[in-house]
Amino acid sequence: MNTEANRPQEEPGSPEEVSRDRREFLKQCAAAAPLLLATVRVVEGAVASANDDSYKPEEHNYGMGIDVSKCIGCGRCADACKTENNVPREPFYFRTWVERYVLTADGETVVTSPDGGIEGFPSTVSEKGVLRTFFVPKLCNQCANPPCVQVCPVGATFLTRDGVVLVDKDYCIGCRYCIQACPYGARFLNPITHTAEKCTFCYHRLVQGKVPACVEVCPTGARIFGDVGARSSPLVRFKHFNEIQVLKPQLNTEPKVYYANLDGEVR
Amino acid sequence: MEDVAQQLTAVLQQVSGYMYPNEVGLQWGVLVVVYPYITGLVAGAFILASLERVFRVKEVEPTYRLALLTALAFLLIAPLPLLLHLGHPERSFEIFFTPNVHSAMAMFGFIYAWYLTVVLLLEIWFDYRKDLVVWARNEHGLRKWIHLILTLGATDISEKPVMFDQKAVRFITIIGIPSAFLLHGYVGFIFGSVKANPWWSSVLIPVVFLFSAIVSGIAMVLIIYLLTGLVRRSLEMSCLDKLASFLFYALVMDFSLEILDFIHRLYEAEESIKILGTLISTRLFLSLVVLQALAGTVLPLICLAFFSPAFGSRALVRFPEELRRLLYLASAVLIQIGIFSTRWNVVIGGQLFSKSLRGLTVYKMELMGLEGFFVSLLLLVAPFVLLYILVKVLPPWKEASTTSVAEQAAGD
Repeated sequence: MNTEANRPQEEPGSPEEVSRDRREFLKQCAAAAPLLLATVRVVEGAVASANDDSYKPEEHNYGMGIDVSKCIGCGRCADACKTENNVPREPFYFRTWVERYVLTADGETVVTSPDGGIEGFPSTVSEKGVLRTFFVPKLCNQCANPPCVQVCPVGATFLTRDGVVLVDKDYCIGCRYCIQACPYGARFLNPITHTAEKCTFCYHRLVQGKVPACVEVCPTGARIFGDVGARSSPLVRFKHFNEIQVLKPQLNTEPKVYYANLDGEVR
Repeated sequence: MEDVAQQLTAVLQQVSGYMYPNEVGLQWGVLVVVYPYITGLVAGAFILASLERVFRVKEVEPTYRLALLTALAFLLIAPLPLLLHLGHPERSFEIFFTPNVHSAMAMFGFIYAWYLTVVLLLEIWFDYRKDLVVWARNEHGLRKWIHLILTLGATDISEKPVMFDQKAVRFITIIGIPSAFLLHGYVGFIFGSVKANPWWSSVLIPVVFLFSAIVSGIAMVLIIYLLTGLVRRSLEMSCLDKLASFLFYALVMDFSLEILDFIHRLYEAEESIKILGTLISTRLFLSLVVLQALAGTVLPLICLAFFSPAFGSRALVRFPEELRRLLYLASAVLIQIGIFSTRWNVVIGGQLFSKSLRGLTVYKMELMGLEGFFVSLLLLVAPFVLLYILVKVLPPWKEASTTSVAEQAAGD
């Protein structure tokens, strides 16, 4: 790749050099034009065919399973989420995060989530003696009865036909009522767009048949993604073989994030 | 963006226990405290005005128009704190055009518009119409034109139209009372209906808001009437005494409801009781225990119980007029501080604890900036400036009114 070195040396910026460069550039453009156009057509075709696969939202109802016993608190999910969705890196904005619970011998429960668990957790040295510790990934529960959707004054946050709660950032007025209404602390106001933001289950990936980024990167398979109502899906299998709990069931939000091996201390 | 992050990093140092990471910074700041405070004054001032028209409490008549103008001045400013706090104020019109009918907040636009146009503006217009016509006839220059334009061309002040005006005012007031209840009850509902938040989620909140609104409205009109009366050297002590008595009754109701709410929470002792207890005894001790309960409620209650004629025609402890005026003023000012603290404790207090019920954060009010101290102060002063202008254009004083006492008596 050292074509520059093989070129005859000319005084840089001289009129001859400039006009030759321009001529060569135009020639190359003319030669490349059909190729370029063809490429564009092919890409367009590919996109069109992807659309032709015609993703049908009404055929899905997404949910997520989380096996608490499998989570090792590596925080890769929270990190991948921030990268995938361009979430601000400051430790006050999370679409998903990991909490660590330390239950001490004298009945105290200490919960932490430094930087959402992205950098891992400090060691659990406790003078009181550790009874048990575990990690709990958290995210929007994609409630079937979402209080955030109910309270949005302009309908900027809505429930899709495939069971995902989304925010239209071009419509959101930034009143933050939805953030107040969410019992799970899963929403925040994006400091750049000044609109409410939350987990979308990586909706842009779902419509391409992929799983959310957090599920993709989890090294232990603690997150299971799929259709709630499908006859066979990883999620249905997960629900079949585990005893399931949801967070804050008394609020009747009907969460679609299902936890297995969840401790009663988790709120 | 960096400022926000820096501020939140400082807040993070003061978090005790565990907050969900998205909860460290508060979503609703002091502007959202100002909003229910102002709408409360509107509702309260209007209900006071209605006392005279609907229940014919003659003593408070001198405050009738003043109370209406106070309500109008505050109502005109009320949407500003909300607008300034929005992430995208330029999209706020969507609340009117594409409201989500299931949202309590979306109803704001309609209730506000109803209250402003159908209740306040109409009532003020009908009440002032005759005066506007007479003033326009007797004045010159700009004032003449302003008053003439405000008549909207309805310049017939023969007996029949004037009778109609009076009937209209009475009718609107009757509609206005439930509307005022709706206006502020609804503001309470915005908070009371958030089931995710145990500090807010209570069926009593709208009622508590309403009665505290009545308290704050009466107290505010009392302050304005007393101060303007002193300046104008025209103050009716019987009116002040009556206002103070009503203030006492409203305060008793308000206090009883607050106590009921408190005891109910304490007795039920739900899951959230521990964190709420810590909240009250630490973060909210000054604003709730000291300012709201002691200074803003108990002290004025004692003061008004003893020194106002609340239990009959004479006060329990009789003081000369000058001292009584001073005590009324002090009580009313304390009540304002107390009611502002109430709004603060609801709005800010409700966000200081984690919905995980495991920790508390702090609220750092910024000084400058759109959601800061100075803007809030400006918004609290603005209604008074507006009221000054309104009073200049539409003098609410008895002597400015062209309706003679004899005529009014005939009307009754």
